[in-house]
Amino acid sequence: MTADRRATRQQRVASLRHGTVVDHLSPGMALKALEMLGVPSEGAALLGIHLTSEKMGRKDILKLENVEISAEQIEKLALFGPNASVVFIRDYEVVRKVQVELPDRIHGVLRCRNPSCITNHDRVPTYFDVTQRAPTMVRCAHCERRMGEHEFELL
Amino acid sequence: MTETWTDAERELANRMRGADIISVRQFTAPDLGTLLQIVERFETVTSPVLQGKVLGALFFEPSTRTRLSFESAMVRLGGGCIGFADAGISSAAKGESLPDTIRIVESYCDIIVIRHPREGAGRAAADAAEKPVINGGDGSNQHPTQTLLDLYTIRRRMGTVAGLRVGFVGDLKYGRAAHSLIEALAMLGNELVLVSPESLRLPPRQREDLDALGGVWSETPDLASVVPGLDVLYVTRIQRERFGDPLDYERVKDVYQVDEATIAPSRDGLIVMHPLPRVLEIHPSVDASPKAAYFEQAANGVTVRKTLLSLLLGVTP
Ligand SMILES: [Zn+2]
Repeated sequence: MTADRRATRQQRVASLRHGTVVDHLSPGMALKALEMLGVPSEGAALLGIHLTSEKMGRKDILKLENVEISAEQIEKLALFGPNASVVFIRDYEVVRKVQVELPDRIHGVLRCRNPSCITNHDRVPTYFDVTQRAPTMVRCAHCERRMGEHEFELL
Repeated sequence: MTETWTDAERELANRMRGADIISVRQFTAPDLGTLLQIVERFETVTSPVLQGKVLGALFFEPSTRTRLSFESAMVRLGGGCIGFADAGISSAAKGESLPDTIRIVESYCDIIVIRHPREGAGRAAADAAEKPVINGGDGSNQHPTQTLLDLYTIRRRMGTVAGLRVGFVGDLKYGRAAHSLIEALAMLGNELVLVSPESLRLPPRQREDLDALGGVWSETPDLASVVPGLDVLYVTRIQRERFGDPLDYERVKDVYQVDEATIAPSRDGLIVMHPLPRVLEIHPSVDASPKAAYFEQAANGVTVRKTLLSLLLGVTP
Protein backbone atom coordinates (compact mmCIF):
# COMPACT_ATOMS: atom_id res chain seq x y z
CA MET A 1 0.00 0.00 0.00
CA THR A 2 1.30 3.50 -0.77
CA ALA A 3 1.65 6.01 2.00
CA ASP A 4 -1.12 8.06 0.39
CA ARG A 5 -3.62 5.21 0.37
CA ARG A 6 -2.72 4.34 3.91
CA ALA A 7 -3.34 7.91 4.99
CA THR A 8 -6.76 7.90 3.34
CA ARG A 9 -7.76 4.69 5.07
CA GLN A 10 -6.47 5.98 8.36
CA GLN A 11 -8.68 8.99 8.06
CA ARG A 12 -11.68 6.96 7.11
CA VAL A 13 -11.44 4.75 10.19
CA ALA A 14 -10.07 7.48 12.47
CA SER A 15 -6.67 5.87 12.95
CA LEU A 16 -7.95 2.47 13.97
CA ARG A 17 -5.11 0.03 13.28
CA HIS A 18 -6.88 -3.10 14.53
CA GLY A 19 -10.46 -3.28 15.65
CA THR A 20 -14.14 -3.04 14.81
CA VAL A 21 -16.20 -0.14 13.49
CA VAL A 22 -19.96 -0.20 13.93
CA ASP A 23 -21.51 2.33 11.58
CA HIS A 24 -25.06 3.54 10.97
CA LEU A 25 -26.36 2.90 14.48
CA SER A 26 -29.66 4.66 15.16
CA PRO A 27 -29.04 8.17 16.52
CA GLY A 28 -28.52 8.03 20.28
CA MET A 29 -27.83 4.28 20.38
CA ALA A 30 -24.00 4.21 20.44
CA LEU A 31 -23.84 4.29 24.24
CA LYS A 32 -26.17 1.33 24.55
CA ALA A 33 -24.25 -0.55 21.89
CA LEU A 34 -21.03 0.12 23.82
CA GLU A 35 -22.68 -1.01 27.03
CA MET A 36 -23.59 -4.29 25.37
CA LEU A 37 -20.23 -4.87 23.68
CA GLY A 38 -18.17 -3.67 26.62
CA VAL A 39 -15.26 -1.23 26.69
CA PRO A 40 -12.16 -2.81 25.10
CA SER A 41 -9.78 -4.06 27.79
CA GLU A 42 -6.70 -3.27 25.69
CA GLY A 43 -7.65 -0.33 23.55
CA ALA A 44 -9.77 2.72 23.07
CA ALA A 45 -13.44 3.17 22.34
CA LEU A 46 -14.56 6.08 20.18
CA LEU A 47 -18.17 7.15 20.02
CA GLY A 48 -19.75 9.41 17.47
CA ILE A 49 -23.22 10.56 18.44
CA HIS A 50 -25.72 12.34 16.19
CA LEU A 51 -23.31 12.60 13.26
CA THR A 52 -24.76 13.81 9.98
CA SER A 53 -25.39 10.99 7.55
CA GLU A 54 -26.47 11.11 3.92
CA LYS A 55 -28.36 7.87 4.31
CA MET A 56 -29.99 8.44 7.72
CA GLY A 57 -29.96 12.17 8.42
CA ARG A 58 -28.37 11.48 11.80
CA LYS A 59 -26.47 8.42 12.90
CA ASP A 60 -24.22 7.08 15.63
CA ILE A 61 -20.91 5.34 15.12
CA LEU A 62 -18.81 3.23 17.46
CA LYS A 63 -15.15 2.25 17.08
CA LEU A 64 -13.49 -0.36 19.24
CA GLU A 65 -9.73 -0.72 19.17
CA ASN A 66 -8.10 -4.19 19.27
CA VAL A 67 -11.48 -5.95 19.42
CA GLU A 68 -13.20 -8.24 16.96
CA ILE A 69 -16.79 -8.66 17.97
CA SER A 70 -18.50 -12.06 17.66
CA ALA A 71 -21.26 -13.16 15.29
CA GLU A 72 -23.60 -13.36 18.27
CA GLN A 73 -22.81 -9.76 19.18
CA ILE A 74 -23.40 -8.66 15.60
CA GLU A 75 -26.87 -10.16 15.70
CA LYS A 76 -27.67 -8.29 18.93
CA LEU A 77 -26.34 -5.02 17.50
CA ALA A 78 -29.27 -4.94 15.11
CA LEU A 79 -31.39 -3.85 18.08
CA PHE A 80 -29.53 -0.54 18.14
CA GLY A 81 -29.70 0.14 14.43
CA PRO A 82 -31.54 -2.02 11.91
CA ASN A 83 -29.29 -0.62 9.13
CA ALA A 84 -26.01 -0.88 11.06
CA SER A 85 -22.92 -2.33 9.46
CA VAL A 86 -19.87 -3.85 11.11
CA VAL A 87 -16.40 -3.40 9.66
CA PHE A 88 -13.37 -5.36 10.83
CA ILE A 89 -10.00 -3.62 10.52
CA ARG A 90 -6.55 -5.22 10.53
CA ASP A 91 -3.46 -3.13 9.86
CA TYR A 92 -5.61 -0.25 8.70
CA GLU A 93 -7.23 -2.54 6.09
CA VAL A 94 -10.89 -3.37 5.95
CA VAL A 95 -10.81 -7.15 6.06
CA ARG A 96 -14.55 -7.83 6.35
CA LYS A 97 -17.82 -5.92 6.28
CA VAL A 98 -21.08 -7.33 7.64
CA GLN A 99 -24.57 -5.89 7.40
CA VAL A 100 -26.53 -6.60 10.58
CA GLU A 101 -29.83 -8.40 10.34
CA LEU A 102 -32.51 -8.20 13.01
CA PRO A 103 -33.79 -11.71 13.83
CA ASP A 104 -37.51 -12.35 14.51
CA ARG A 105 -36.77 -13.20 18.13
CA ILE A 106 -34.13 -11.79 20.49
CA HIS A 107 -32.95 -14.00 23.33
CA GLY A 108 -31.21 -12.88 26.50
CA VAL A 109 -30.16 -9.28 25.67
CA LEU A 110 -32.92 -6.99 26.84
CA ARG A 111 -34.54 -6.50 30.19
CA CYS A 112 -38.32 -6.14 30.23
CA ARG A 113 -39.36 -2.70 31.46
CA ASN A 114 -42.55 -4.01 33.03
CA PRO A 115 -41.82 -4.22 36.78
CA SER A 116 -44.52 -6.90 37.18
CA CYS A 117 -43.04 -9.13 34.49
CA ILE A 118 -42.06 -12.61 35.70
CA THR A 119 -38.62 -12.15 34.07
CA ASN A 120 -37.84 -9.42 36.60
CA HIS A 121 -38.75 -11.62 39.58
CA ASP A 122 -37.79 -15.19 38.84
CA ARG A 123 -34.99 -17.11 37.15
CA VAL A 124 -36.68 -16.89 33.78
CA PRO A 125 -34.61 -15.84 30.73
CA THR A 126 -36.10 -13.05 28.62
CA TYR A 127 -36.92 -13.22 24.96
CA PHE A 128 -38.64 -10.68 22.75
CA ASP A 129 -40.44 -10.93 19.44
CA VAL A 130 -39.71 -8.21 16.89
CA THR A 131 -43.07 -6.69 15.95
CA GLN A 132 -41.81 -3.80 13.83
CA ARG A 133 -38.60 -2.87 12.01
CA ALA A 134 -37.25 0.65 11.45
CA PRO A 135 -38.02 1.95 13.98
CA THR A 136 -37.61 -1.25 15.94
CA MET A 137 -40.41 -2.39 18.26
CA VAL A 138 -40.29 -5.58 20.28
CA ARG A 139 -42.80 -7.40 22.44
CA CYS A 140 -41.88 -9.29 25.59
CA ALA A 141 -42.84 -12.93 24.93
CA HIS A 142 -43.75 -13.23 28.62
CA CYS A 143 -45.84 -10.22 29.67
CA GLU A 144 -46.58 -9.10 26.05
CA ARG A 145 -45.54 -5.51 26.80
CA ARG A 146 -44.19 -3.62 23.79
CA MET A 147 -41.02 -1.53 23.83
CA GLY A 148 -39.49 0.87 21.32
CA GLU A 149 -35.72 1.17 20.80
CA HIS A 150 -35.38 4.17 23.11
CA GLU A 151 -36.84 2.10 25.94
CA PHE A 152 -34.32 -0.71 25.55
CA GLU A 153 -32.48 -1.69 28.71
CA LEU A 154 -29.78 -4.32 28.70
CA LEU A 155 -29.81 -7.28 31.05
CA MET B 1 -70.26 -37.36 17.06
CA THR B 2 -66.71 -37.55 15.70
CA GLU B 3 -67.93 -38.16 12.16
CA THR B 4 -69.64 -34.78 11.94
CA TRP B 5 -66.52 -32.71 12.69
CA THR B 6 -65.54 -30.42 9.85
CA ASP B 7 -62.08 -30.53 8.29
CA ALA B 8 -61.23 -27.19 9.91
CA GLU B 9 -62.27 -28.48 13.33
CA ARG B 10 -60.27 -31.67 12.93
CA GLU B 11 -57.23 -29.74 11.73
CA LEU B 12 -57.38 -27.33 14.67
CA ALA B 13 -57.84 -30.21 17.12
CA ASN B 14 -54.70 -31.85 15.68
CA ARG B 15 -52.72 -28.66 16.09
CA MET B 16 -53.92 -28.17 19.68
CA ARG B 17 -52.91 -31.65 20.85
CA GLY B 18 -50.04 -31.16 23.30
CA ALA B 19 -50.09 -27.37 22.82
CA ASP B 20 -50.37 -24.63 25.46
CA ILE B 21 -53.05 -21.96 25.90
CA ILE B 22 -51.22 -18.84 27.02
CA SER B 23 -52.71 -15.84 25.24
CA VAL B 24 -55.63 -15.05 23.01
CA ARG B 25 -52.97 -13.64 20.65
CA GLN B 26 -51.90 -17.16 19.75
CA PHE B 27 -55.11 -17.71 17.78
CA THR B 28 -55.91 -16.36 14.33
CA ALA B 29 -59.42 -15.05 13.69
CA PRO B 30 -60.44 -18.19 11.71
CA ASP B 31 -59.04 -20.42 14.48
CA LEU B 32 -61.12 -18.58 17.08
CA GLY B 33 -64.27 -19.20 15.03
CA THR B 34 -63.43 -22.87 14.61
CA LEU B 35 -62.61 -23.26 18.31
CA LEU B 36 -66.00 -21.82 19.31
CA GLN B 37 -67.67 -24.36 17.00
CA ILE B 38 -65.81 -27.14 18.78
CA VAL B 39 -66.86 -25.77 22.18
CA GLU B 40 -70.47 -26.07 21.07
CA ARG B 41 -69.91 -29.77 20.43
CA PHE B 42 -68.72 -30.20 24.00
CA GLU B 43 -72.02 -28.89 25.42
CA THR B 44 -73.38 -32.42 25.27
CA VAL B 45 -70.22 -34.33 26.18
CA THR B 46 -70.61 -35.92 29.61
CA SER B 47 -68.78 -39.22 29.07
CA PRO B 48 -65.61 -39.79 31.13
CA VAL B 49 -63.24 -39.21 28.20
CA LEU B 50 -60.52 -37.89 30.53
CA GLN B 51 -60.63 -40.86 32.92
CA GLY B 52 -57.18 -41.50 34.39
CA LYS B 53 -55.93 -38.02 33.49
CA VAL B 54 -54.78 -35.61 36.20
CA LEU B 55 -54.95 -31.80 36.14
CA GLY B 56 -52.35 -29.95 38.19
CA ALA B 57 -53.96 -26.69 39.31
CA LEU B 58 -51.25 -24.30 40.51
CA PHE B 59 -52.83 -21.20 41.97
CA PHE B 60 -50.07 -18.88 43.16
CA GLU B 61 -52.79 -16.37 43.96
CA PRO B 62 -56.32 -17.18 45.00
CA SER B 63 -59.08 -17.27 42.40
CA THR B 64 -61.71 -19.57 43.74
CA ARG B 65 -64.05 -19.40 40.78
CA THR B 66 -61.46 -20.02 38.09
CA ARG B 67 -60.07 -22.94 40.07
CA LEU B 68 -63.50 -24.47 40.71
CA SER B 69 -64.41 -24.05 37.06
CA PHE B 70 -61.30 -25.93 35.89
CA GLU B 71 -61.81 -28.63 38.53
CA SER B 72 -65.45 -29.01 37.58
CA ALA B 73 -64.53 -29.35 33.90
CA MET B 74 -61.93 -31.99 34.67
CA VAL B 75 -64.14 -33.98 37.06
CA ARG B 76 -67.13 -33.86 34.71
CA LEU B 77 -65.03 -35.56 32.04
CA GLY B 78 -63.88 -38.25 34.48
CA GLY B 79 -60.44 -36.81 35.31
CA GLY B 80 -58.89 -35.91 38.65
CA CYS B 81 -57.24 -32.81 40.10
CA ILE B 82 -54.29 -32.03 42.33
CA GLY B 83 -52.82 -28.67 43.24
CA PHE B 84 -52.68 -25.79 45.63
CA ALA B 85 -54.62 -22.57 45.95
CA ASP B 86 -52.23 -20.44 47.94
CA ALA B 87 -48.63 -19.54 47.11
CA GLY B 88 -47.83 -19.61 50.82
CA ILE B 89 -47.99 -23.41 50.92
CA SER B 90 -46.04 -23.93 47.70
CA SER B 91 -42.29 -24.22 47.33
CA ALA B 92 -42.29 -20.75 45.81
CA ALA B 93 -42.54 -19.50 49.38
CA LYS B 94 -39.21 -21.23 50.02
CA GLY B 95 -37.61 -19.50 47.06
CA GLU B 96 -37.91 -22.23 44.44
CA SER B 97 -37.98 -20.84 40.90
CA LEU B 98 -41.16 -21.14 38.89
CA PRO B 99 -39.54 -23.29 36.17
CA ASP B 100 -38.31 -25.74 38.86
CA THR B 101 -41.75 -25.93 40.48
CA ILE B 102 -43.31 -26.64 37.09
CA ARG B 103 -40.79 -29.39 36.23
CA ILE B 104 -41.53 -31.15 39.52
CA VAL B 105 -45.30 -30.80 39.35
CA GLU B 106 -45.56 -31.98 35.76
CA SER B 107 -44.29 -35.39 36.84
CA TYR B 108 -47.44 -35.67 38.97
CA CYS B 109 -49.99 -34.75 36.30
CA ASP B 110 -50.89 -34.72 32.60
CA ILE B 111 -51.79 -31.07 32.15
CA ILE B 112 -51.24 -27.89 34.17
CA VAL B 113 -53.29 -24.77 34.78
CA ILE B 114 -51.39 -21.90 36.38
CA ARG B 115 -52.66 -18.71 37.99
CA HIS B 116 -49.93 -16.30 39.01
CA PRO B 117 -49.70 -12.64 40.08
CA ARG B 118 -46.74 -11.94 37.74
CA GLU B 119 -47.30 -11.12 34.09
CA GLY B 120 -45.73 -13.69 31.79
CA ALA B 121 -45.82 -16.53 34.34
CA GLY B 122 -47.99 -18.61 32.01
CA ARG B 123 -45.40 -18.36 29.22
CA ALA B 124 -42.57 -19.14 31.64
CA ALA B 125 -44.44 -22.23 32.88
CA ALA B 126 -45.18 -23.41 29.33
CA ASP B 127 -41.52 -23.01 28.36
CA ALA B 128 -40.44 -25.07 31.38
CA ALA B 129 -43.02 -27.85 30.96
CA GLU B 130 -43.11 -30.71 28.47
CA LYS B 131 -46.81 -31.16 29.19
CA PRO B 132 -49.57 -28.77 28.12
CA VAL B 133 -50.02 -25.60 30.18
CA ILE B 134 -53.10 -23.38 30.37
CA ASN B 135 -52.71 -19.81 31.58
CA GLY B 136 -55.42 -19.25 34.20
CA GLY B 137 -54.52 -15.56 34.54
CA ASP B 138 -51.09 -13.88 34.74
CA GLY B 139 -51.25 -10.56 36.60
CA SER B 140 -52.93 -7.91 34.50
CA ASN B 141 -51.84 -9.54 31.23
CA GLN B 142 -53.95 -12.43 29.95
CA HIS B 143 -56.71 -14.79 31.03
CA PRO B 144 -57.42 -16.57 27.76
CA THR B 145 -60.07 -18.97 29.06
CA GLN B 146 -62.08 -15.97 30.30
CA THR B 147 -61.85 -14.37 26.87
CA LEU B 148 -62.91 -17.59 25.17
CA LEU B 149 -65.89 -18.06 27.48
CA ASP B 150 -66.92 -14.45 26.85
CA LEU B 151 -66.74 -15.01 23.09
CA TYR B 152 -68.60 -18.28 23.43
CA THR B 153 -71.35 -16.64 25.49
CA ILE B 154 -71.84 -14.01 22.78
CA ARG B 155 -71.92 -16.65 20.06
CA ARG B 156 -74.31 -18.91 21.98
CA ARG B 157 -76.76 -16.09 22.66
CA MET B 158 -76.54 -14.21 19.37
CA GLY B 159 -75.88 -17.15 17.03
CA THR B 160 -72.69 -15.47 15.80
CA VAL B 161 -70.00 -13.03 16.89
CA ALA B 162 -69.53 -11.54 13.43
CA GLY B 163 -70.87 -8.07 12.76
CA LEU B 164 -72.03 -7.32 16.29
CA ARG B 165 -71.48 -3.89 17.85
CA VAL B 166 -70.09 -4.43 21.34
CA GLY B 167 -70.04 -1.79 24.08
CA PHE B 168 -67.71 -1.90 27.08
CA VAL B 169 -68.53 0.16 30.15
CA GLY B 170 -66.72 0.86 33.42
CA ASP B 171 -63.05 0.42 34.21
CA LEU B 172 -61.32 0.14 30.85
CA LYS B 173 -57.99 1.17 32.34
CA TYR B 174 -57.28 -1.78 34.60
CA GLY B 175 -59.87 -4.38 33.61
CA ARG B 176 -57.95 -7.36 32.23
CA ALA B 177 -61.07 -9.24 31.11
CA ALA B 178 -62.15 -6.21 29.08
CA HIS B 179 -58.68 -5.71 27.55
CA SER B 180 -58.40 -9.26 26.24
CA LEU B 181 -61.94 -9.35 24.92
CA ILE B 182 -61.53 -5.97 23.25
CA GLU B 183 -58.42 -7.24 21.51
CA ALA B 184 -60.06 -10.50 20.42
CA LEU B 185 -63.13 -8.69 19.07
CA ALA B 186 -60.96 -6.20 17.19
CA MET B 187 -59.16 -9.14 15.62
CA LEU B 188 -62.54 -10.58 14.60
CA GLY B 189 -63.51 -7.25 13.03
CA ASN B 190 -66.25 -6.22 15.47
CA GLU B 191 -67.12 -2.58 16.03
CA LEU B 192 -66.35 -1.48 19.59
CA VAL B 193 -67.84 1.32 21.69
CA LEU B 194 -65.82 2.15 24.80
CA VAL B 195 -67.62 3.93 27.63
CA SER B 196 -65.71 5.08 30.69
CA PRO B 197 -65.03 8.11 32.89
CA GLU B 198 -62.01 10.16 31.78
CA SER B 199 -59.82 8.65 34.53
CA LEU B 200 -60.54 5.05 33.51
CA ARG B 201 -60.13 5.22 29.73
CA LEU B 202 -58.38 2.49 27.76
CA PRO B 203 -54.60 2.98 28.24
CA PRO B 204 -52.33 4.06 25.34
CA ARG B 205 -50.78 0.60 25.05
CA GLN B 206 -54.15 -1.02 24.36
CA ARG B 207 -55.16 1.77 21.99
CA GLU B 208 -52.04 1.17 19.93
CA ASP B 209 -52.74 -2.55 19.86
CA LEU B 210 -56.32 -1.85 18.76
CA ASP B 211 -55.16 0.40 15.96
CA ALA B 212 -52.46 -2.07 14.93
CA LEU B 213 -55.22 -4.67 14.54
CA GLY B 214 -57.19 -2.24 12.36
CA GLY B 215 -59.95 -2.12 14.97
CA VAL B 216 -63.03 0.07 14.50
CA TRP B 217 -63.74 1.78 17.81
CA SER B 218 -65.12 4.91 19.38
CA GLU B 219 -65.04 6.36 22.87
CA THR B 220 -67.52 8.28 25.01
CA PRO B 221 -68.28 8.89 28.69
CA ASP B 222 -72.03 8.83 27.91
CA LEU B 223 -73.58 5.38 28.25
CA ALA B 224 -77.21 6.38 27.58
CA SER B 225 -76.38 7.75 24.14
CA VAL B 226 -74.85 4.49 22.91
CA VAL B 227 -77.12 1.83 24.45
CA PRO B 228 -79.72 1.85 21.62
CA GLY B 229 -77.06 0.97 19.03
CA LEU B 230 -75.48 -1.96 20.86
CA ASP B 231 -75.84 -5.74 20.47
CA VAL B 232 -73.72 -6.56 23.52
CA LEU B 233 -73.05 -4.49 26.64
CA TYR B 234 -70.04 -5.74 28.59
CA VAL B 235 -69.98 -4.22 32.08
CA THR B 236 -66.85 -4.24 34.24
CA ARG B 237 -66.32 -3.63 37.93
CA ILE B 238 -64.60 -0.46 39.11
CA GLN B 239 -62.17 -1.80 41.72
CA ARG B 240 -61.57 0.20 44.87
CA GLU B 241 -58.05 -1.26 45.32
CA ARG B 242 -56.90 0.31 42.04
CA PHE B 243 -57.25 3.84 43.39
CA GLY B 244 -54.50 5.48 45.42
CA ASP B 245 -56.86 8.21 46.59
CA PRO B 246 -60.19 6.98 48.03
CA LEU B 247 -61.81 10.23 46.85
CA ASP B 248 -61.01 9.35 43.23
CA TYR B 249 -62.82 6.05 43.74
CA GLU B 250 -65.85 7.73 45.32
CA ARG B 251 -66.04 10.04 42.31
CA VAL B 252 -66.40 7.24 39.75
CA LYS B 253 -67.66 4.19 41.66
CA ASP B 254 -71.31 4.49 40.70
CA VAL B 255 -71.26 6.64 37.56
CA TYR B 256 -72.51 3.69 35.57
CA GLN B 257 -75.10 1.65 37.33
CA VAL B 258 -76.87 -0.46 34.77
CA ASP B 259 -80.51 -0.97 35.74
CA GLU B 260 -83.75 -1.72 33.93
CA ALA B 261 -84.11 1.89 32.83
CA THR B 262 -80.59 1.90 31.33
CA ILE B 263 -81.32 -1.00 29.01
CA ALA B 264 -84.98 -0.18 28.29
CA PRO B 265 -84.15 1.77 25.06
CA SER B 266 -81.87 -1.03 23.79
CA ARG B 267 -82.49 -3.44 20.94
CA ASP B 268 -84.61 -6.44 21.97
CA GLY B 269 -81.74 -8.82 21.40
CA LEU B 270 -79.18 -6.94 23.55
CA ILE B 271 -77.24 -9.05 26.01
CA VAL B 272 -75.63 -7.70 29.18
CA MET B 273 -72.41 -9.40 30.27
CA HIS B 274 -70.09 -9.06 33.28
CA PRO B 275 -67.01 -11.09 34.28
CA LEU B 276 -68.34 -11.15 37.89
CA PRO B 277 -68.20 -10.59 40.79
CA ARG B 278 -70.32 -7.46 40.47
CA VAL B 279 -70.79 -4.85 43.14
CA LEU B 280 -72.90 -1.87 42.15
CA GLU B 281 -72.49 -1.95 38.37
CA ILE B 282 -75.55 -4.03 37.56
CA HIS B 283 -78.69 -3.64 39.62
CA PRO B 284 -80.21 -7.01 40.70
CA SER B 285 -83.44 -5.97 38.96
CA VAL B 286 -81.69 -6.74 35.64
CA ASP B 287 -81.10 -10.38 36.65
CA ALA B 288 -84.59 -11.50 35.63
CA SER B 289 -84.38 -9.79 32.24
CA PRO B 290 -83.86 -12.01 29.20
CA LYS B 291 -81.07 -9.58 28.36
CA ALA B 292 -78.98 -10.71 31.35
CA ALA B 293 -76.29 -13.15 30.23
CA TYR B 294 -73.79 -12.86 33.07
CA PHE B 295 -74.72 -15.98 34.99
CA GLU B 296 -74.53 -18.02 31.79
CA GLN B 297 -70.91 -16.93 31.41
CA ALA B 298 -69.94 -19.03 34.44
CA ALA B 299 -71.71 -22.10 33.04
CA ASN B 300 -70.13 -21.57 29.63
CA GLY B 301 -66.74 -21.32 31.35
CA VAL B 302 -66.96 -24.97 32.33
CA THR B 303 -67.82 -26.00 28.75
CA VAL B 304 -64.92 -23.97 27.35
CA ARG B 305 -62.50 -25.51 29.86
CA LYS B 306 -63.81 -29.04 29.16
CA THR B 307 -63.07 -28.41 25.50
CA LEU B 308 -59.57 -27.07 26.05
CA LEU B 309 -58.56 -29.81 28.50
CA SER B 310 -59.73 -32.46 26.01
CA LEU B 311 -58.11 -30.88 22.95
CA LEU B 312 -54.75 -30.31 24.65
CA LEU B 313 -54.78 -33.87 25.99
CA GLY B 314 -55.54 -35.11 22.49
CA VAL B 315 -58.89 -36.64 23.44
CA THR B 316 -61.82 -35.85 21.16
CA PRO B 317 -65.13 -37.56 21.76
ZN1 LIG C 1 -42.09 -8.73 30.17
